[in-house]
Amino acid sequence: MSKPQQTMRTPLGKVRGLGSAKHGAGHFITQRVSAIGLIVLVPWFLISLIGAVRGGYDGALAWVADPINAVLTLLAVGTALYHMRLGMQVVVEDYITKHSTKNVLLILNTFICVVLFAAAAYAVLKIAIS
Amino acid sequence: MSSWTDKRPMSPHMQVWKWHLTMASSILHRMTGVGNYIGIFIVAAWLFATAAGPDYYEPLAGVVGTIWGQLILFGFTLSICYHLINGVRHLFMDAGLALNPKFASFLSGLVLVFAVVLAVAVWLLSGLVPGVDPLHMTGAAQ
Repeated sequence: MSKPQQTMRTPLGKVRGLGSAKHGAGHFITQRVSAIGLIVLVPWFLISLIGAVRGGYDGALAWVADPINAVLTLLAVGTALYHMRLGMQVVVEDYITKHSTKNVLLILNTFICVVLFAAAAYAVLKIAIS
Repeated sequence: MSSWTDKRPMSPHMQVWKWHLTMASSILHRMTGVGNYIGIFIVAAWLFATAAGPDYYEPLAGVVGTIWGQLILFGFTLSICYHLINGVRHLFMDAGLALNPKFASFLSGLVLVFAVVLAVAVWLLSGLVPGVDPLHMTGAAQ
């Protein structure tokens, strides 16, 4: 039953020694894996937020201070930022054709996501650990 | 709606493209994705303001509390709900399921309706709509 390993590589590609860098599907897969995580985290965040938004400042503080809320918030925000960095990357690559503009926007995209994560992580940890 | 009635398959082209639900759903998915990108700034600001203290929290709550703030916040809720539910549909399609044209159109419509229902439900249950508090959890403060 064993068939020889099928390959999508053309003979010319083989000869040139170029082609797949072995992570061609990486972007697609990580986008989906983070999406699966968000299917659990986002509904939790929405439902949980119902409790967090009432009660004003004190209510919000008490909500984030709860250990489970703190960990899940970090996971939700972290996964969302990772997922949206990948998504925005595709949007930029699709619509911006000018090389320099595209690269500037791609770098900016990464920076924005990292800065937002740093701010959110600092906030959650400061409240939860103090 | 397009007046195109020819049943033969068409080649995709920006100007001569028969409008259909799956296409709108695909465009909406990307639009809501960008919407969520903008919206998460509010989440990060909310967390940061909570950590920074009432001096930061109260002004933010004031801005979000205005009619424009509430409209943007509801738009963000709607955007999340749509992207979440339609994202699940996309995962099924990635797995090779729900690709039959008729069923795909039906599912696109269903996702749209369900997203609106979910967003409204979140707002009603969270007591964000003034005077409506079915769970009696917001207290008398609202």
